[in-house]
Parts: sequence; structure tokens; C-alpha cells
Amino acid sequence: MFQYIVRRLIWAVIMTLLVISTVFVIFFVLPGGSGRNIEGAGKCSSPIAIMMAGRNPRPALVCNIVKRLGLDKPVYVQYGRYVGNLLQGDMGYSYHSSEPVRDAIFRRLPATASLAIGASFIWLVFGVAIGIVSALRRRSFMDRASMFFALVGVSLPTFFLGLVLVFLFDGRLNIYNVASYQPITSDPVAWLKSMWLPWIVLAYVSMAVYARMVRGNLLEVMGEDYIRTARAKGLREKSVTRHALRSALTPVVTMYGLDLGILLGGAVITESIFNIPGIGSLAVDAISNQDLPTILGTTLFAGVFVIIANLVVDIAYASLDPRVRYS
Amino acid sequence: MAQEVLLEVKDLHVHFPTADGLVKAVDGLNFKVLRGETFGIVGESGSGKSVTNLTALGLIKRETAQISGEILFKGQDLLKLNSEELRKVRGKELAMIFQDPFACLHPFYRVGDQLVEAILCHEKMPKKQAAERATDLLASVGIPHPKERFRDYPHQYSGGMRQRAMIAMALVHNPDLLIADEPTTALDVTVQAQIIELIEKVKTEFNIGVILITHDLGVIADVAQRVLVMYAGRGAEMGTIDEVFKSPLHPYTWGLLESIPRVDSKGTRLVPIEGSPPSLINKPAGCAFHPRCPHRFEKCDKEIPAMQDRGGGHPEACYLSIEDKKRIWAEREARRTKAAS
Ligand SMILES: Nc1ncnc2c1ncn2[C@@H]1O[C@H](COP(=O)(O)OP(=O)(O)O)[C@@H](O)[C@H]1O
Ligand SMILES: [Mg+2]
Repeated sequence: MFQYIVRRLIWAVIMTLLVISTVFVIFFVLPGGSGRNIEGAGKCSSPIAIMMAGRNPRPALVCNIVKRLGLDKPVYVQYGRYVGNLLQGDMGYSYHSSEPVRDAIFRRLPATASLAIGASFIWLVFGVAIGIVSALRRRSFMDRASMFFALVGVSLPTFFLGLVLVFLFDGRLNIYNVASYQPITSDPVAWLKSMWLPWIVLAYVSMAVYARMVRGNLLEVMGEDYIRTARAKGLREKSVTRHALRSALTPVVTMYGLDLGILLGGAVITESIFNIPGIGSLAVDAISNQDLPTILGTTLFAGVFVIIANLVVDIAYASLDPRVRYS
Repeated sequence: MAQEVLLEVKDLHVHFPTADGLVKAVDGLNFKVLRGETFGIVGESGSGKSVTNLTALGLIKRETAQISGEILFKGQDLLKLNSEELRKVRGKELAMIFQDPFACLHPFYRVGDQLVEAILCHEKMPKKQAAERATDLLASVGIPHPKERFRDYPHQYSGGMRQRAMIAMALVHNPDLLIADEPTTALDVTVQAQIIELIEKVKTEFNIGVILITHDLGVIADVAQRVLVMYAGRGAEMGTIDEVFKSPLHPYTWGLLESIPRVDSKGTRLVPIEGSPPSLINKPAGCAFHPRCPHRFEKCDKEIPAMQDRGGGHPEACYLSIEDKKRIWAEREARRTKAAS
């Protein structure tokens, strides 16, 4: 087990380096020499520097950026500097707000975390419960109804559901206020009032996916030979179900961890619809502002969250499945 | 032989309604199993061997199948029990082991714990005592270092050891009848004999009945006292090993015997039975074997032949006269021996 964890850790470090390098290549190497030209900038006409400088920059500013980022240096020097800065937690300054990107991200993390943790909790509990009941009462009305509900869920785009519900609850019924986000630390009740609808919107699709997965897993496991053995030895149906759940729910742990990891990197659509100041909307704003350091920062951040989630999930899985643990 | 009848199956039918039609997996089956004997069941895949035994254990869901007939176990009709009453019989008086020991143990639970669970679901006792009993059982089925092995997970066991563990699990409550459904099919040849030997040892030691389902007629000849040959959900022939193997009366049995190497002489020609097993949905009229039978005549596709003694000394289900049967089998034997030499 210890060896396994060490192996996974090393793997996570390698993956992180890969993500960092890929981002570097995409943002600094690929733009190459093409792009806009600024008159008078001469040697300084690096497309990245021009982008960093914002709209209609003065040539001097562009040259300044080229110098500061070392864009006139060989690629490997640039890379070394870039990794070095990241290791010190320095992701540069937002062109738009001049705030350090790291600070901007961490300031917005609580909103994204509220959304992700709340929504994922809802879909986990309800998705799994619905899946179990549907599988155990297969072909019952309850099963058919919830599988229809789930089918609607998986085929309904989040943005559509979100907009419809906003229109309904904010526009018509007036029981919800878009753009009312309050941090939990300043006012928990207001926080809850602002989060319940985004939670439902974000949870619905995944809940449908989880319910279908759990139902499918459980039905499949129920046909396994070891479930027949459990019955053959005379176990009560309750214990037989426990045996089946043990197998059917283990993959849910994996899926949940990965989904949560992805969400913590920002729920772009939901945050935008509900005006939640999270990492997803930070990224969207950064893109429309051509705020390169922030785009880069949010991308890296999301990537690292996925890697961490993977690591946690691998370790959790190993502790649940002895076949992984002992190999 | 006035031994106690453990299991008596009377006119058993198990039909599965499916989208394609009614699958008549078992269709009028009769047999008895006595205490202290090994009762062999042979027949091609799909002839209803597993379904018959799973029905006895109540492991065929009654909602998915139409079941009729009687399965008397120690005088009590298992088909009349409700699910809780059946559960109390299952694993206690009537135990079963299956074909694929790789798939039959739960991969996430320790082997020992799975045995303990089997003990505790029928008998209240402290967990520690159950664990001791489980360890003793592991030892008695020939698992070395049972104390350590108790804590292992199934994937740490070899195939043969898993089947031993399954046998141990079947024995936790000293059952009266052990059903072994192709217990060696999934195992290495070298291990197969050991498992069969273990089942035999268990049978003698506990004086129980064993139903041994296998494709291996050689094994049946070695260890069973009586054998039932099944075809398409019905019995084709039933008798002692000598009766069925030395003077078989049913053309299907002849085919089976000719398709395996002979126990006594080496190098005989092997002839597979021609044709393929029948559809269980649209069964051939009359004797289900008649389309594949080289000796069929007018009567064969008219009416289903009953299993009865037609003068040959043991029950069989073929319309040929006893003289014809003896003559044809002698001819086939002669042809076979000649072809071999
Ligand atoms: N639940 C079921 N639904 C439909 N058909 C079934 C079901 N269970 C078994 N059968 C069919 O019954 C027939 C007999 O199966 P089985 O008893 O497993 O044969 P075998 O003699 O090889 O053990 C097979 O054709 C199988 O497909
Ligand atoms: Mg079978």
C-alpha cells in the first residue's frame, strides 16, 4: 500500500509537470512569430507581449513586457523562469486588475468551492439513493419514473436548465435573486439563499448520470456469481444487498472524486448564469478581456485540481479494492 | 439398499417466459438422491442441469420462471416453502458449490470473513468462535496455513484453493446434501482430481449425499454410484454406473459414451454426436433427441417417451425395443473397437 501511494504521488508530480509544460507550450511557444504587429516596436513585436499589453498598447510597453518576461531570451531560459516563478507561487499579475493572479484565484475559490461541494453533495446523495431504489425495485413505477427523470437530466444542457429556472424563480415567482452571492463567512443565510438554485441546476445533470450508473452497476453486480454464492449460503436478502452495494458503489467513489476535482477548477456555465464570482467566471472574464496571465493561472489551477483529485481517488480506490492494494 | 431418500424430484418443470418465447429449461424431470451416495448428472450444456439444482435451492426467481412439480428434500416440498423458510434450508441442510470459483467469492471480503458470515447467518455464536470454526474448516479442506489464509482475499488464492474454500463454506453447517455443479470445469487438470477427491472424502466423512454435475464421464464412472443422463430438460436414462456405462439403452447415452475416450481401452475412435442441441423454445415433437438420432422410426416424433424400465433393468426414455437396443449397442461397440485396432 505504501509503495502504491508513493507510486501514485510520483505519477501526480509527473502529471503536474506535464500540465505546466503543455500550458507553457500552448501559451508561449506556439504563438511564435505570428500575430499583430505594433508599429515601431521592432524587435519587441512578440505576439505574447502584444496580447499581454492589452488593446492599442504603446510600443514601449510592449518592449517592457518582452524584457520583463524574457521573451527575447531562448525558449529554455523562458521555461526555466516560468517554472521557477510558479514554484514560488507566482502566476504573474492580471493585466486587467493588476492584482496578482494567485490572489484573484484564491479570493474566488470559496465561491467555486461552495457551489461545487454543495451541488456534488446533493447529486451524490440523491443520485445514489435513486439508483439503488430503482435497481432494487426494478420495473416498478418508481424505477420507471426516476429513470425517465434521469433521461431528461442527461439530455438537458445545464445552461438551458439554468436559464429556464432563473426565468421561473427569479423572473416569475420571485423567490430567488440572481447575483446575490454572499460568502458563507459574512452571512450564512444569505449564502444559502443564493446557492440553492445553482446547486440544483449543477446537481441535476450529474444526479441523473449517477442514478443511471448506480442502477446499472447494481443490476450487473446482482447477476454476479458471488451474489448467487451469498444467497446459496443462506444470507438474508439484506446482507446480499450489502454485498452487492459494496461492489456497485466502489466505482462511484472514483467518479465522484474526479467530478469534484473538475468542478473545483470552476463551473463555467453555472457561475456565469448565476453571476457567482468563482474561478469559472474569472476564467470567462479573463478570456473576454484577453487577460493572458489570468487565463494561464486559471487553466493551471484547474489542471492541478484534477491531478489532486486523481491522486485522492486512486488512494481511496486502493483502500476499497484489495485487488488493487495488493498488486 | 434401503438408504434414506434425501432428495426426490417429481415431474419438475421450469419454464422461463422470454421475449423469444417460453424456454422449457426443465420439462418433466424425475430422480432421487440417497444419503451416502454420489449421484452424477451428465448431459450437454443447456440440458437443464444447473436450472434443476438452482430451483431446488430456490435460487431461480419465482417471478421470472414458471415452476411446477415437486422437489422433496427430506420429505418436505421445497417448492412450497416461502423465501424465508427456503433461506433457512439453504447453506444449512442443502449446500451448493459452483463452476467458477474465480467468480464465486466476493473479491472485496476476506475469505475467512465470508465463511464466518455463512456460519453466523444460520447459527448465533460469538464472532471469535465462528472464526475458529472457519479456520478449522479451511484446514480440513486442505488449505495450508489456515490461520494466515483466513485473512487473505480471494485473489490471493489459486483456483483450486478457492474451490476448496467454497467447499469449506458449503460445509459450515454439516449439510445433508451437497450439490456440486461442474466443480472442476474451470480448474487446471492437475487440480481437478484433488477437488473430486476432496468431495468424495467429505461425502464419506459426513455421510451426506452428493449431486455431482460434470461433463467428465470418467469422473462420474470413478466416483458416482448412480447417474442420470439429461437431454433437453428431461431424463434420457438413469441407473447405476455399471448399468448406464456397460449396458446403455438410450441412443443419446451411446453418443455420449462414444464421444469420450473409453475408460478401459485406449485409442478408441472418438465420435462426436452429430447435430446440435435442440431449441428449448420450439422443441422437436416427440422425443427431443429424434432429429439427431440415427435409429429413429415412425413413433419417435409422435409422443414424448416416458422414463421407464422397458425390460433393460433401469429406466430410460427410448421407444426402441429392448432387443434392438442390445443389438444396436453391440454393433456400435464392435464397429468402434474395430475402427480403433
Ligand atoms: N433465467 C433464465 N431465463 C431464460 N432462460 C434461461 C434462464 N436460466 C437458464 N435458462 C436456459 O435454460 C437452459 C438450461 O440451462 P442450464 O440448466 O444452465 O444448462 P446446463 O445443463 O448446461 O447446466 C439453457 O438453455 C439456458 O439458456
Ligand atoms: Mg450448468
